[in-house]
Amino acid sequence: MSKAILALEDGSVFEGCSIGAPVERAGEVVFNTAITGYQEIFTDPSYAGQIVVLTNPQIGNYGTTPEDSEAPRPYIEGLVVRDFSPVASNWRSRLPADEFLKQYGIPIANGIDTRALVRRIRNYGAMRGVLSCVPGADPQQLVEKARRIPPMAGLDLASRVTTPQPYEWNQGLEPCSPSEHLPPTRPRRFHVVAYDFGIKRNILRLLAHFGCRVTLVPAHTSANDVLGLRPDGVFLSNGPGDPEPLTGPIGEIRKLLGKKPIFGICLGHQLLGLALGGKSFKLKFGHHGANHPVINYRTGRVEITSQNHGFAIDPDSLKPSEVEITHMNLNDHTLEGFRHRWLPVFCVQYHPEAAPGPHDSRYLFEEFIALMEQHRQG
Amino acid sequence: MPKRKDIRRILVIGSGPIVIGQACEFDYSGSQACKALRSEGYEVVLINSNPATIMTDPDMADRTYIEPLTLEHVEEVIRRERPDALLSTVGGQTGLNLAVALAEAGILDHYGVELIGAKLEAIKKAEDRLLFKDAMTKIGLDVPRSRLVNNVADGVEFANKIGYPVILRPSFTLGGTGGGIAYNREELEEILQRGLDLSPVHEVLIEESVLGWKEFELEVMRDLADNAIVVCSIENFDPMGVHTGDSITVAPAQTLTDREYQMMRDAALACLREIGVDTGGSNVQFAIHPETGRMVIIEMNPRVSRSSALASKATGFPIAKIAAKLAVGYRLDEIPNDITRKTPACFEPTIDYVVVKIPRWQFEKFPGAEPVLGTQMKSVGEVMAIGRTFKQALAKAMRSLETGKSPDAEEYDESLIPKRLITPNPERLKYIRFAFQRGYTVEQVHEMTSIDPWFLEQVRQLVMLEQELARESLDTITPERMREAKRAGISDDQLARMWKCSPMEVRRRRLQWGIRAVFNRVDTCAAEFESFTPYLYSSYETECEADPDDRRKIMILGSGPNRIGQGIEFDYACCHASFALREFGYESIMVNCNPETVSTDYDTSDRLYFEPLTLEEVLNIYDTERPQGVIVQFGGQTPLTLALPLKAAGVPIIGTDPDSIDLAEDRDRFGRLLDELGIPAPPYGSATTVEEACAVAARIGYPVLVRPSYVLGGRAMVIAYDEETVRRYMREAVVFSQDRPVLIDRFLEDAVEIDVDALSDGEDVLIAGIMEHIEEAGIHSGDSSCVMPPTSLSRTTIETVVDYTTRLARALRVVGLMNVQYAVKNGTVYVLEVNPRASRTVPYVSKATGVPLAKVAVGLMLGGRLRDFTDLTRGFSSGVLPVPQYFVKSPVFPFQKFPGVDPALGPEMRSTGEVMGVGQNFGEAFAKAQLSAGVPLPDRGRVFISVNDKHKPTAVQLARQFVELGFEVIATRGTAAALAAAGIPHRRIFKVNEGRPNVVDLIKDRAVQLIIYTPTGAQSFSDERVIRRTALLYNVPCITTISAARAAVEAVISRRRDPIRIWSLQEIHGIERAPAQLAG
Repeated sequence: MSKAILALEDGSVFEGCSIGAPVERAGEVVFNTAITGYQEIFTDPSYAGQIVVLTNPQIGNYGTTPEDSEAPRPYIEGLVVRDFSPVASNWRSRLPADEFLKQYGIPIANGIDTRALVRRIRNYGAMRGVLSCVPGADPQQLVEKARRIPPMAGLDLASRVTTPQPYEWNQGLEPCSPSEHLPPTRPRRFHVVAYDFGIKRNILRLLAHFGCRVTLVPAHTSANDVLGLRPDGVFLSNGPGDPEPLTGPIGEIRKLLGKKPIFGICLGHQLLGLALGGKSFKLKFGHHGANHPVINYRTGRVEITSQNHGFAIDPDSLKPSEVEITHMNLNDHTLEGFRHRWLPVFCVQYHPEAAPGPHDSRYLFEEFIALMEQHRQG
Repeated sequence: MPKRKDIRRILVIGSGPIVIGQACEFDYSGSQACKALRSEGYEVVLINSNPATIMTDPDMADRTYIEPLTLEHVEEVIRRERPDALLSTVGGQTGLNLAVALAEAGILDHYGVELIGAKLEAIKKAEDRLLFKDAMTKIGLDVPRSRLVNNVADGVEFANKIGYPVILRPSFTLGGTGGGIAYNREELEEILQRGLDLSPVHEVLIEESVLGWKEFELEVMRDLADNAIVVCSIENFDPMGVHTGDSITVAPAQTLTDREYQMMRDAALACLREIGVDTGGSNVQFAIHPETGRMVIIEMNPRVSRSSALASKATGFPIAKIAAKLAVGYRLDEIPNDITRKTPACFEPTIDYVVVKIPRWQFEKFPGAEPVLGTQMKSVGEVMAIGRTFKQALAKAMRSLETGKSPDAEEYDESLIPKRLITPNPERLKYIRFAFQRGYTVEQVHEMTSIDPWFLEQVRQLVMLEQELARESLDTITPERMREAKRAGISDDQLARMWKCSPMEVRRRRLQWGIRAVFNRVDTCAAEFESFTPYLYSSYETECEADPDDRRKIMILGSGPNRIGQGIEFDYACCHASFALREFGYESIMVNCNPETVSTDYDTSDRLYFEPLTLEEVLNIYDTERPQGVIVQFGGQTPLTLALPLKAAGVPIIGTDPDSIDLAEDRDRFGRLLDELGIPAPPYGSATTVEEACAVAARIGYPVLVRPSYVLGGRAMVIAYDEETVRRYMREAVVFSQDRPVLIDRFLEDAVEIDVDALSDGEDVLIAGIMEHIEEAGIHSGDSSCVMPPTSLSRTTIETVVDYTTRLARALRVVGLMNVQYAVKNGTVYVLEVNPRASRTVPYVSKATGVPLAKVAVGLMLGGRLRDFTDLTRGFSSGVLPVPQYFVKSPVFPFQKFPGVDPALGPEMRSTGEVMGVGQNFGEAFAKAQLSAGVPLPDRGRVFISVNDKHKPTAVQLARQFVELGFEVIATRGTAAALAAAGIPHRRIFKVNEGRPNVVDLIKDRAVQLIIYTPTGAQSFSDERVIRRTALLYNVPCITTISAARAAVEAVISRRRDPIRIWSLQEIHGIERAPAQLAG
């Protein structure tokens, strides 16, 4: 079996077995602590530019199925795991996970002491790294390479993963088992224009399920063009990397404020924060997992949330007169959601569409529907 | 929401004795709850009949009642203590049922006690099969389809609709009698007709079978603000059809996608909300069809359960502790996560390792019981192992089991593979391994077992790796291969067997190569946050997180999985050792692999290593921690067998020297010591062959007691009256005592047996407890009821016992605890056995005397003298500790779970648990103990007496007393004649083999309330067996020794004379307790 080497910018080197594509990839090395949902993670465009370490040691167990992809292809640069299973066992599995990744030329490092790696990232922060599954790679050269990768801060990755053309989405949720209890579908009454910064399909499925016809538009679509589509609401999607370089979209969003109800998730939330005059900063190693407690100040209830972001909005940078903080992370007290005090604008940092993760926050989609309803009547 | 201030005093009900299905996990949950409530400033009143628990220690609650868990006794506790609330969810099914009974009897309302945790309505909705199904259907969850039918035609129609096989459950029959599985119409008609006849309401539930479906459990919690979380998911290796308690289980679930897992999570939380469990933990069980993905909800427990104990240990999230805090009003987000300190308990733990639990069975103790697993739990204990991968965890769990059989000695029969794979049984995992060794494919094994192919593939890979390694040798193995083996969880021992070398050679070789175990932390968060709790497991990763410090520290070896003869009592002692070490200024390090216990709570010790108790693993920890000493005398046989090898490896064992332990176990050395001391013992000998054994038996004279040299709970021990029995035994016993000889002792018939627990510092010896057995010698001490103080021993006998014990302790240089068993016959005191270690009776004696034996023992082991601890020992440093009342300990047996087994008592221990009765007089204490043990002695009715000639004079006296007490006496021919001669009114009845009606008919008619008989010889053996079995089924107390019959009379007298009265340990021992301050 051939070697896989993960070299980090701090000089540390982790060796394992290569079981994916025999290639070399570079990116920011981040870890995700979700126990389930590796396929959703592979295919989440927000992971563009990142090598993902999964903390769950047993990966690949249940294979992959096309319905569980969050985008047409995987976006991770590379995968690092402790114990990859070549055997997939699940009634929905269509393709083993390693073959799925191999199809797209993604390298996998197996047998890595992922816990040691995670502890390093936790202590020293997310790092640039190179994952090489090319035979004969020299670890020291890989470290040098890692140090030359452009840092995540300042990179406009969203423009790389956004759709080149507008398109429509109308497909709702489908049950994964005859016993799955899905929320009732609603008649299609709203038209939502969604900015695609790297959108996850489950957002689209939920919007469609709750009665929206969705038109996706490229990240650099102007506010005028969006309004020209006569939407009932505008959605700002999740996406990879740093929000700050997206000055174009931020400007367009500013123009949309107050015109139509706006709902933002993750990068969409950060862009709204910047559009409202807030500041963003890079977290030490980000939030990537499916177990983060978030308190909703309006209900007093705690939601267990799915998270995937490396940057955050500083709540103190937002004007309290204009913005109401609605959600806060109970682990590290970072900002998880806010709404405009008088404009129909709200957003969350975490992922209410889950996939992977708990469904505690689906109500936000219903709130968006309600907001569009209200706006239409008012 | 802050905690409630309208309640001050909370009643906690424990789960009673250890039985199959309800073991020390409830001591763990109960102790956590008590600690959590007291730390919040509430007063805790506790009732539990089990003295072997940590929770019944007087400092765990403000008032501790070791009293029967009956409505009357709990009402008396409520009447005396007037608690404001009752926490219903931490005492297992027993606690929950009692809470329901108290509520339904109006007792809670009468005294104004609020049910907290789960309300009555919620409990009933969860516990009633039909109410539960309705509730689940209402919220759109799928359940196995079922219908109640009252005729065969309807049943056939329904079965045709849902398809075979179907499960049949007759309504209201005893222990599910008459139920079964029908695979075809013919069977259905037969079982259904029988079931309808047996059901008093002529009704049978027909249910869709989910046999072979994938089985999952979710541990969920909810607070009063309706925040709800999943603490842990568990997937069963064994699919539906095997009780969860008998299944190998794995955390987290391994074969579900996120979609499916979230579907299950949604369903579990919806179930929790619909049932209405306000606060605390619950457990929801699901089955998933492996091909269609259809998911049905099977059941939910509205309380802390065995699985929640496992989930707590598997994740580091203390469910019972948090449940208790939620019950008094806290919200999940107001409670900090102890492990990370910085984050709240309102989150879902994520783990970066795999946990495997394997049950421990003991079918060998119950000849006649078929070793087959089904829907009724049979295992007596379990082990858990943590590994970085499933393979590593599985391999560690297998060796944690300590089955006593080395894999080499096991014989597999290839022709048995299909049978052992198809029908679930304790050997199934071993046979799966064997099948893979023989080249079976995953597909073939899956077809026979329905076990998920992912698990099977993992087992197969492990077997393949082992086969590859077996082709190597210590000379050919490469460092890479060696590391691969260790990372897969393969032990040095196993490698040594493959390579025909010693485990130490393997160890040395890999250490030379730098292949050493490191320790990872269980931190609830997959390393996302720093962990402040050293809860560790070993792996062969690259980084060690043990982070040992330089404090003075001592390591305690725990007792491993619960089994008959080595159970909660030893965990009790280990926990106390740990508490004591902390109090004496040492860091305590616990090593154990039993997830049910208090010892494996990360709160109990400064550092917890969740590891198999093998030499390899213990040495790994020792090398990392470098403690000043290791304690082996509290964990029963498990650590003792490690004592000498550890000592040989240079590990300092503190307390009694391992050599003394060996001396006491070595018959010849010990015999010489007794001769030197002039202390009598029954004649004995030892043998390693059949012929030798027969010769020894003939020399010392029958009857003889035959047993292996290292004994655990009298395992494989028999009393032989003839050579035939000795020969049969020798042929069957060798498996259990590979290179140890068999011991043969003269058996002293009709002797009184005494257990003594003593503390010794090597010079001074304090007798902590003299326990007189209520059954005569010949019944295993663990299966005999006993009483403190002794009731029938003469002053001279007691003086002799004190003298012998003192001299033995000095001669063996015992430092710490010692247990001696004596038999007294015709005024002579004989030593039967000396165990220079903590015994099973340590908790009982501690509770009867109010002296914390294990704590004092630790003080002695650390170099203290008995006279340094007189503040703990009520001023005594020699002599015998006083006992302020009568305390009777009685055993509890699992015979109900093993149909077909003869519930006779003998030298082989078979009880799983114990209870304690407290009284002003012996009769009262004994009556309470029997009540707690589940076989209450009657206060009126009919007594059946049938005894052998030797016992007739005593029987006449007893019969007279029963008549005076208003009982009707029934007797068989011989006994009746003796009664007639003495002029005692009685009715004669046939013996079982004579005709009918006989006593068996009376038992079935519920026309007899007490049975007293003593064995009359081999010819009546089958009679006795059927009487015992029937009595057991109908729960009629059945007394088989004359001394127990005497005790029973006293108990009956007490029941009629003494009112229901109870005492808390605090009042018995004059323990003052500062009233709790409701802070905050």
